[in-house]
Amino acid sequence: MTFEEIQQRLAAKFGERIGALAPANKDASLLVQAADILEICRFAKDDEALVFDCLMNLSTVDWPKKNQIEVVYHLWSYRRRHGFVLKVALDRAKPEIASITSVWKSADWLEREQFDLMGVQFTGHPDLRRIMLPDDWVGHPLRKDYAEQPQWHNITTTRDNSLEGYVRLDELKKKAADAAAAAAPKKEVLS
Amino acid sequence: MTKPLEVPTMDMENKEVLRRIEITGDMLLNMGPQHPSTHGVINFLVQTDGEVMKRAIPEVGYLHRSIEKIGERCTYNGFMPYTDRVDYIAAMFANQGWAMAVERLLGMQIPKYAEYCRIIACELNRISSHLISVGTMAMDVGAVTPFPYALREREFINDLLEELCGARLTYNYLRIGGVAFDLPSGYEDKVQGFVDHFEKILDEFNRLITYNEIFIKRLAHLAPISAQMAIDYCLVGPNLRATGYGFDVRKALPYSVYPEFQFDVPVGRGEVGTKGDAWDRFWCRVEEMRQSCRILRQALAQMPQDREIMAKVPRKIKIPEGTEAYSRIESARGDMQYYVVAGAGENAHRVKIRTGSFTAMGIIDALSRGLMIADLVALIASLDVVAPEIDR
Repeated sequence: MTFEEIQQRLAAKFGERIGALAPANKDASLLVQAADILEICRFAKDDEALVFDCLMNLSTVDWPKKNQIEVVYHLWSYRRRHGFVLKVALDRAKPEIASITSVWKSADWLEREQFDLMGVQFTGHPDLRRIMLPDDWVGHPLRKDYAEQPQWHNITTTRDNSLEGYVRLDELKKKAADAAAAAAPKKEVLS
Repeated sequence: MTKPLEVPTMDMENKEVLRRIEITGDMLLNMGPQHPSTHGVINFLVQTDGEVMKRAIPEVGYLHRSIEKIGERCTYNGFMPYTDRVDYIAAMFANQGWAMAVERLLGMQIPKYAEYCRIIACELNRISSHLISVGTMAMDVGAVTPFPYALREREFINDLLEELCGARLTYNYLRIGGVAFDLPSGYEDKVQGFVDHFEKILDEFNRLITYNEIFIKRLAHLAPISAQMAIDYCLVGPNLRATGYGFDVRKALPYSVYPEFQFDVPVGRGEVGTKGDAWDRFWCRVEEMRQSCRILRQALAQMPQDREIMAKVPRKIKIPEGTEAYSRIESARGDMQYYVVAGAGENAHRVKIRTGSFTAMGIIDALSRGLMIADLVALIASLDVVAPEIDR
């Protein structure tokens, strides 16, 4: 099925809750409400015409200008060989959405990753904890306004620019050369 | 839905953890992060009752380098060397996925000769990656001899790829719009010579290990995965095909010049045990190397002669903000996907890399229940996970 057909199929089921496809300069996608996501995903998986049996990818995009965090679901149907993109826009201050681990098992780790790196809360996730970073890490690195902590358990997270050492060395050499140059004429005067 | 995690991890000084384990009479075993058979820096927390595991909880993240964040800071071209580090055993594919995603953003076509160069490099890389996989898998279950055999062949490929792009591991060979270097003179003959030599070695390898009685007894019926379970957990690549489900991105969603080649997609048949068991996954990789040889032969024969390696690419790549592209390629570890959202300037707003190893790790917890500890090693090896690709 094409994107349009899938969108129509969803619209036939959910009515006005399904909007239009995103404009054409992008890969087509469908924006849905956060409250509907679990229902739509379950329908998309179970419906005989759609059969989205696999959640391929789950990513989040931070848009500070719009004050939104977008959650992007890439669905794929092995049986019907078609794909679809669902998007949900969440409030940046309190991103919270229902977990879809009950629909697809692969969502488990994918949601954990987005929780860890983007700080999206997936309610109803069986085991929502950090996956990449240590449990006591502060902040979510993929946020655009993320500021790294200066240290973690007394380990500094930053390092001096190693090139600065070379600059200092250059300066020292130059100073030594200047000093030598300054010393040399004096000798001449003395002699 | 699975029950909430019973064994909190990482924090071994947590008295609550120790108390709970004492009560149930189980032992908590740390396997890794520095363990020779975990294929990189991964930690497994194994809850065991004697030799039988109740569950093994993978703890990843030791190699997290925030490559996705780096992708937001670099220019499109500048990110190419970093993609090598996503999967250092099959770096060419990570290059290709990124190049294809940005080419899709730009809406450009690349010259056919460059596509052929890419495919020759990629298929060579696929063979070398699978050689590591099958070699180490044999070693992990106790057969040390096949490992040097596999690595000896891999050295030939490393030499070939070094001649092509100057690097043996992190190639940085592909560019947005083509490839960095033309094939050196006489390269076709060298690849042809290698393929001729390697197909015989594959037969030898099959005699040495794949159909070895002890090896079959060790791996047959071990941790079988059904096709439905594999799809639910989003297993990809050889792991999915070993379950008997023949899905290959090169065939199903053809990209580059793959439609011009004849090749088969090997699927697991449960030849010696259950369909989708560890032996099937091993066998699938061995057969895929043979198919890669077939593709290489055809690519060398059909190659156009115009020697045009780069399309015209703007010096400063600027793409309207918010434009998105998605690329799927068949990496050595399966369906590798890049999701790229363009930013306002010369770099991406968001890069998301979905790799095969990441989803493969997610299934280990479910598969490990009831396995022997020694079989966990075989299971990890058979899924062919590579730590940097999980953590990125």
